[in-house]
Amino acid sequence: MTKKQDAVFIYSPELLQYKFHDQHPFNQIRIQLTYELLKELDCLDDEEIVSPRLASDEDIALIHDTAYIEAVKKAGQGELPEHIASNYGLGTEDTPVFSNMHEASALMVGGTLTAVDYVMEGKANHALNLGGGLHHGFRGKASGFCIYNDSSIAIEYMRKKYGARVLYVDTDAHHGDGVQWAFYEDPDVCTLSIHETGRYLFPGTGNITEKGQGKGYGFSFNVPVDAFTEDESWMKVYETAIHEVAEYFKPDVILTQNGADAHYYDPLTHLSVSMESYRFVPKVAHELAHKYCDGRWIAVGGGGYDIWRVVPRAWALIWLEMKQKHVSGNLPKNWLDRWQKQAPLTLSPSWEDPENLYPAIPRKQEITEKNYQTLTKALYQIRSHKNASF
Amino acid sequence: MIIEEIMNRNVHTMYADQTIADALTLLNRQKIRHIPIVNKEEELVGIISDRDVRDASPSTLDLDPDKALLDSPVSSIMEPDVITAHPLDFVEEISAVFYEQRIGCVPIVEKGRVVGIVTESDMLHTLILLTGAHQPSSHIEIQVENVSGKLAEITSIISKRKVNIISVLVYPNNDDKYKNLVFRVQTMNPMGIIQDITDHGHKVLWPNMPGVTE
Ligand SMILES: [Zn+2]
Ligand SMILES: [Zn+2]
Repeated sequence: MTKKQDAVFIYSPELLQYKFHDQHPFNQIRIQLTYELLKELDCLDDEEIVSPRLASDEDIALIHDTAYIEAVKKAGQGELPEHIASNYGLGTEDTPVFSNMHEASALMVGGTLTAVDYVMEGKANHALNLGGGLHHGFRGKASGFCIYNDSSIAIEYMRKKYGARVLYVDTDAHHGDGVQWAFYEDPDVCTLSIHETGRYLFPGTGNITEKGQGKGYGFSFNVPVDAFTEDESWMKVYETAIHEVAEYFKPDVILTQNGADAHYYDPLTHLSVSMESYRFVPKVAHELAHKYCDGRWIAVGGGGYDIWRVVPRAWALIWLEMKQKHVSGNLPKNWLDRWQKQAPLTLSPSWEDPENLYPAIPRKQEITEKNYQTLTKALYQIRSHKNASF
Repeated sequence: MIIEEIMNRNVHTMYADQTIADALTLLNRQKIRHIPIVNKEEELVGIISDRDVRDASPSTLDLDPDKALLDSPVSSIMEPDVITAHPLDFVEEISAVFYEQRIGCVPIVEKGRVVGIVTESDMLHTLILLTGAHQPSSHIEIQVENVSGKLAEITSIISKRKVNIISVLVYPNNDDKYKNLVFRVQTMNPMGIIQDITDHGHKVLWPNMPGVTE
């Protein structure tokens, strides 16, 4: 029997085939950038790399309607008329049709399922699939750059195959709507999403009042933070929420969605978070996985539209946390030299962001105060439940 | 939009001579907060709320509960002056009534009989639908000159980007020379639209910095 690994990294160059077109903000070259950054650091061994499997139609149908799966297949072969495609959210500005889109999406889903199997079969404590995290996909409709919702599929797969109670934690700047609605009535799946308020930002949902329904009531948590929220407040909200929710729910496994679009540089969102938060987020998830789940932690990627300066650093930090390796100071010179030639912006030279990343935020105190109130309201039930049991 | 389209037709009513204990049971079983009270002709004669009933019920901590109170008729605690609406009333008008009268529900009455009920949360949900906040979309707020044709100008900019508009609201601006347009558009990436609108010389109010009013 082979020794249990600390962590596995799901990777194959084929994951880059999930690609809409050259001008589209969602670009999986992010995965290659991260992979090469870790390789250059000498922190990713070949025996830690696992190829993603292709998800079967049966896997995908754990969440998605078969009519939708058929539509995605046809679209990828150029056989789906435009007016039908639009009913499925395909062929839009956000999710344009591309060749073999079903196969590319199924591989991305398969990557998350491979990660799940490694962790749930005890072959590794932690597993990372940066190709996954497409949290906006709905049962019968593509939305927000997402075709199949790998996280929803993986959660249902863990429920069915392993009977596990799953805690899903989403720190993408956008609300994790697809995953939340998929398990809104399920008390064995707890979803926690921390995101920029949907008052203005896509998708608009993720209000504190969305708490689940029926038997699932009290198992959906949302902490919408104000635009321009900075590290200190973001980390405080995240740390408090994940600690209290994990203690309350006592999961068997934690699945984290690690969208990196809350960063100040991200062009699609309006938060003012820096690399400090991206070091902190996986650290806390890691601690809690060991505390409550015997280490079982699966991490996936997600959003992140500053693909050059933000995502490779943020995502490398997840793997480095899994491997308990600390980095600081300058990024590897070889990596910077190689990619600076292609990058339209000057790459960030070091693991830390500069002190003067952005001009001072007006009304900082009020934003922090408001976020704290939102957090208190979001956790109100857990806290009153806890007090009542004394 | 008219009230008929949003009202709940499954109304739980009581007769005026039924007891407060009956009301308590009905409130709990149906998980409702208001009960319209009718006479034998099924005409509306009053309304009671869960708070009226709670105030009239003996405390559970009370060792010698006053049973007589629970056996009193609901007519003894009902509010006889009921604010009602008609199925053909406009939703916008009735939402103003909720706000001005600070009430939690409005029975919908046609020819003296209760045909439906609208609660504050039904009303709020309807307003959410009207503002388009229930579908995955991004919000863009634009200040335009208060002259004709501006709304058409902006919608044509958006349609050139092939993005579906979920809702449009027009707000007055503090300055009469302008008005504000609020769109919810079905895209996660509104950057191109914002750029186009700015290029056409309009001011995009959101996305913008907090507290920056110029
Ligand atoms: Zn996102
Ligand atoms: Zn560990």
